[in-house]
Parts: sequence; C-alpha cells; structure tokens
Amino acid sequence: MDQVFVRPERCMGCRSCEIACAVQHSKDKTLLSAIMQSPSPQKRLFVEWADGLKMPVLCRHCEDAPCMNACISGCLYRDEKGFIRRRKERCIGCWSCIMACPFGVIVRDRHKRIAVKCDRCHKLDVPACVNACPTKALILVDVDKIPGDRRKSVLLSINNGEA
Amino acid sequence: MERSMDRGTNLAIENAKALGLSTVWDRYEAQLPQCGFGETGLCCRNCMQGPCRISPFEDGPQRGVCGADADVMVARGLMRAVAAGTASHGGHAKHMAHTLLMVAKGQTGDYRITDTEKLKAVAERIGVEVNGASIEDIARGVALKALEEFSEKDSPLIWAGTTITQGRIERFSKLGVIPTGIDSVVSESMHRSTYGVDADPVNLLLGTIKCALADYASCHLATDLADILFGTPSPVKTAANLGVLKTEAVNIALHGHNPLLSEMIVQAAGSDDLKIMAREAGASEGINLVGVCCTGNEVMMRHGIPMATSSVSQESILLTGALDAIVVDYQCIMPALSSIAECLHTEIITTMPIAKISGAMHIEFDEAHALEKAREIIKAGIEAFKKRDPSRVKIPDISSPAVVGFSAEAIINALSTINSEDPLKPLIDNIVEGNIYGVCLFAGCNTVKIPQDRNYIAMIKELAKRNVLILATGCASGAFARHGFMSPEAVDGYAGEGLKTILKAIGESAGLGGPLPLVLHMGSCVDNTRAADVAVAIANKLGTDIDRLPVVASAPEPVTEKALAIGTWAVAAGLPTHVGVVPPVTGSRTVTEVLTSSVKELLGGWFIVEPDPMKAVEALYQALTERRKALGLKL
Repeated sequence: MDQVFVRPERCMGCRSCEIACAVQHSKDKTLLSAIMQSPSPQKRLFVEWADGLKMPVLCRHCEDAPCMNACISGCLYRDEKGFIRRRKERCIGCWSCIMACPFGVIVRDRHKRIAVKCDRCHKLDVPACVNACPTKALILVDVDKIPGDRRKSVLLSINNGEA
Repeated sequence: MERSMDRGTNLAIENAKALGLSTVWDRYEAQLPQCGFGETGLCCRNCMQGPCRISPFEDGPQRGVCGADADVMVARGLMRAVAAGTASHGGHAKHMAHTLLMVAKGQTGDYRITDTEKLKAVAERIGVEVNGASIEDIARGVALKALEEFSEKDSPLIWAGTTITQGRIERFSKLGVIPTGIDSVVSESMHRSTYGVDADPVNLLLGTIKCALADYASCHLATDLADILFGTPSPVKTAANLGVLKTEAVNIALHGHNPLLSEMIVQAAGSDDLKIMAREAGASEGINLVGVCCTGNEVMMRHGIPMATSSVSQESILLTGALDAIVVDYQCIMPALSSIAECLHTEIITTMPIAKISGAMHIEFDEAHALEKAREIIKAGIEAFKKRDPSRVKIPDISSPAVVGFSAEAIINALSTINSEDPLKPLIDNIVEGNIYGVCLFAGCNTVKIPQDRNYIAMIKELAKRNVLILATGCASGAFARHGFMSPEAVDGYAGEGLKTILKAIGESAGLGGPLPLVLHMGSCVDNTRAADVAVAIANKLGTDIDRLPVVASAPEPVTEKALAIGTWAVAAGLPTHVGVVPPVTGSRTVTEVLTSSVKELLGGWFIVEPDPMKAVEALYQALTERRKALGLKL
C-alpha cells in the first residue's frame, strides 16, 4: 500500500503543499480560480514549526483509525483503496474525530460546520501535496517496500564502515 | 520564545493581549515556518517564466528556467536588496539637497543654515568656492553639487571620493567599483540583475559593492546637509523608554527618518499659542514630543527630545493608550500602526506623497510651508488628545537617562580639551597602549527573530569589559539608551579598567562633570558615516588605511535592506562586520564564501555571520587582536 511519507530534513517550509492541497479541494482546481473562490477552499495538511524543525503534518490514514472509531454518525469510512474519507452529508459536527485524531489534522469547515480532512486526493494517482513538493520532502512510498530497503541500507552502511 | 528584553516593551505587549490586539511578534509567529527558499535566497521572481526555485538538494533542479544557478540567483537577490537600501538613503539625501537649494534660493522661510562652519567645511571639501561668497551662494553651490551626485557623471561621487582614505580609493579603482552617480548605480544594479544580464556571481558581487559605495555617499551627504541645516550634534542629556510619555500632556511621537519633518514639528511645538491650546484641551503639561526609530535619534541628539522606543517595538508606544498622534515620514514605519490605532484614539499622520498608509490621516508635507504644516499636525494631535480614554492609559514607569549626540566633530572637540594641538593623539595613544583595545560600531535594527535587545546587551557587557570603545547609531542607539548603557553611570558598572580611565579623563576634561557615557551615540542609521569619518581621520593621521585599524562593526539584530547596504560598505571600508541574523545568501556556496572569507583579500573587511552574541564577541575580539598584532600594539 502506498503511503505519503515526510522527510523533515528536506522540508523548506515553503508551504507549496498547503497551497496545492487547497487548490485541489477548490471548485475549478486552478490556483487563479481558487484564490478568487469565496469562501476560500481549505487545506487539509499543515506545515508546522518547532525548535527549527519544519515539516508538514498530514493524515496517516491509520489502519486502526481513531477518528473513524470515534465517528458516531457513520460519516467517516474506509474506502476501497484504504483511505479514510467522509460521507459529508452524515457529518453532524460533533467533532469527536477532531478530539480523537492524534495528529491534529482534522479541522472544522468554517462555513459548512462539518469536519474536513485529507482524502488522499483519491481521484489522483499522486496526491497534490506530493506532486507540489519541490524538494521531495513529501514522497509516496510503498509501505511494504520500506523494511526491505532499510535492511539493504544497513548492509550498505556496514560495507562503507559507517556502522 | 521571549519577545523582548525591554520591560517597557513587555508591558506594552501585555496591554496588547488585554485589548485583543496583535503585534509584530504575533504576526511573526503566524508566519512560521518561513519559506526556506526565501531564507536561503534560492527563489527568483525577476521574470515571468518564473517563479523559479533551486533545490538545495542534489535530486532537485539546480538551475532556474533561464539557466541561472544558485550562485547567480543569490547574487542577483543580494544586489537588488542593496540597491533598495541605497535607494532609501539616496531618497533621504536627495530630499535634504532639494531643501538646501530652496533655502539658498530663498524659497522657504522656515529652514535656514544653522551650522555655517560645517557648510564652509563641506564646501571646501567638495570644491565649492568659499572665499568672498555669501552663505546663500555657498549653500547653493553645495546643494547643486549634491544634486549632481544623483545622476550619472563622468567622475566619481564626490561624497565618497573626498571622505575616504587614498588607500581605499586605490583599492576601489583597481576593482572597478567606484560609482559615478547614486541613482544611476541603483538603476544599473536593477538592470544587471534582471533577466538575462549579469550572470557571473563574482561580477555581481563587485557590482553590489559599487552600489553600496553609493549608499555610503548618500549617507554621508544626508548627514552633512542635516548638520548644515539643523546643527551638528553635541552632547545633550535626555532619557529613553516608554516612561518618557506623560499622562498630563499631549503626547506626539516623531517616527521615521528625515529630520526635515521632525525639526519643524519641534520648532512648532515650542510656540506659545499651541502650548496654550494643549492646556485648554486639558493637557496641563502642554505638548510632549517623543522620538521613535531614527527620527527619534535625530531629534534626541539635536534637542534632547527623549526616545520612547525603537523600530521593532513601535506599536508599543500606541499600546500605552497615552499616545495622541504619531507623525511619520518614510522607512521602517509598520503598516500595522493603523490597525492598532483603529482600536485606540491615536492619530496616525502620514506626511510624504510616497508613503501613505490606508486608514491614516494624511497631511502632506511641503517644504515651502513647512512650519504651517507642522502646526497643522500638532493641532491634529491636540484634537486626538480630547478623545483619549484615561482608563486605558498605562504608561510603564520605565526610563533610563542618556547622554547623546557625539558627532565626529563633538568627539574631536572633547578630545581637543586634552590636546588642542593634536586632538586625535590622546585617542591614538590610548589605543596603542591598550587602554582602548579597539573600537566597535554597533548599528542596525531590532528584529522579531531575536528577543529584542538580547544581542546588544550581551555583546556590550562583554566588549566593554574587554576595554573596547563602543559607538552606536540607529536602533542600536535606541537599544543601548533604553537599557541605560548610554549614561556616564554605566561606565563604572561595565567598562574595563583601561576604558574606564580614558572615558573619565575625557569626560572630565571636556567639562561633562563625569565620564563620557559607556556608549558614544553617533546618530541615526544614516549617520554611520560619522563613525567612518573618525576612522578615516585616524588612518590618515597614522598614514595607514582603515583595514589595518583595530576597528570592527556589528549589526547584531538587523532587519532592513538599508542594513545590508551599510554592512556591505562597512566591509568595503575594511571593517570586520558582524551580522546577527543570517542574510538570504546561504543557498550559494560561492557568495557565502566570498562575503565571509575571500573578500578579505580584496578589501580587508569581511562579514562575520553569527547569531550567538557571545561567539560574535569572540570573533570580533579575535579580529581586533589580529590587527593589534599586525600593528605591533600591546596585547
């Protein structure tokens, strides 16, 4: 399964991912129309900063998703690709999901009074945020390939005398 | 992060919280994280094929659309910043020159030549005939020569060429960086940094130095003409911090840069009818003028008007609830003032056609009717006073005494009370013997990126202890004045033995009734050339050049493009120059290397980029030690 991974050491804090996210969730999906749209489209990931470290914080689409477990109205569900999405019409604005999310990446829609979260750009092969990142701080990786790659890099580092 | 080391500012920030208002520190936090491409200088918006960004990582694009690499992009960006700084000082200087010409032609009755000695000295230096000429003729000659400096001439800028050492002139000629016009070099810098022109980073950096030398000339010109029109500063007692506001007075703050405006307001505030008008409005103590930023420095050193606060904390003066009007001209005026004023009674008064702020009252300044405009501005302040809500007034009871106004002339005057034949000798002797280990000029701003004044306080304590003579201009002056370092009393608390002895000897000999203050206040940020004048005089007397003297400079909390321009000419003058905020150049190894290292071979000065104040002190002290060693002075 593909996951969006963050490499904080590469994040420049330019917020290109935030802009691309908001544009992707706008009516016409172009920057020009998105900035004219009222009310403005909302981003679903957040570039944060603490002690000099910059990085985007975004939905992990957890296997055991606390937000979905907390959702009492049946709004949040897991789709066929494994992404946690909304059935918007079912959201009652109880904000249980906001309280449950350990990453703080579910927020309120300021106008519709419903919860807003990442839908992993389910219609796109590559999510807008990953596509927009100029330094590849955000990358799409196959979770199942990660352990194997790590194991190989351990061997390489031993070979190079680094470990 | 702590926001300020100044108790006055911190109390004002608390007031802001209580009123639900945001300040510069809140807005900074809302900006975080700031874009790393901008921080490193790796973005370019100079053409419409962009914007382009260069990745600091190997797997991303290493060139913009046009092919500019990181070195070119960063060098072009720096050149544009220095050009903007030069344009600011140039605009300020040109404004003075136009006004001097009006005075010479008798087109304004409100300004006059105050310092005829300085007028003659400047005239002689730049080749305007003095003998047999009337003051008006000399003034006209100086003003016309000054105005000529702005267009492109076939000869070097006089205000640079006649005020620096022969050694510098030779170095600059060899590098081909002598500017021939202030506006023309700003224009040239914009040209060569635009799409498809200069793409050699080293050539761009040389062009940047050329532009910075025009900035130096602008600054020198502005200072000279300000002294001619309003008097050359000499030591005066005053006070600094928010406690200088008065509950029972109409408080009017003067903020910005050019004394052309503030001098008129000072003059108008002295008129009896306006004082009576203020009292009739209920202000038993009449009109109370206070300064902010560099206008604050200008009126502080010429009239002893107290300094309320510095640039970064300019909102704090409104947040006392006791400020009735703030009058501004240009540069370093935060647009935020008008949104703060929306919730208070304070009138924001803009005066310049090129610097309006929406939401502010605009009273356009006019040099031909300057005093009349100044009276109108004060009346607006009195009107605003009537709307003041006494329940909101919270003036922090904090202010520090200061002795300010040490122009180069004032320093020489003080020294001549020790040796009238050879005034520089006592200074040089004490440097040679080590009573004064070296000289450090502090300049520049306060920034939200560093708790306000932190670097200034840490650095002055350590440098003064090590017998380094401290000079200050601009908001560096504000920082030292607000914390009491500009008082003679600070000498006993902080100066090393050698420095203490010499400050006491000069102060007493000059009749100040005590030591010189720990920090010698040399004026506003445009006045940095006053310090350069002293360094040039010493170098000329010793038959050497500035890059061999134990003199360093520091902008420990810089903000503006003007600071980058000043820093660049300080390096070109041969000074090791510290900056406490990393400028947007680190995306280019070449540019960073040239500015912090190889420029030393070319010009003798270099940039020391060091956010940590104690490490900065060590680097500056080491630079002083190296120079003392090379001159064979006592260590």
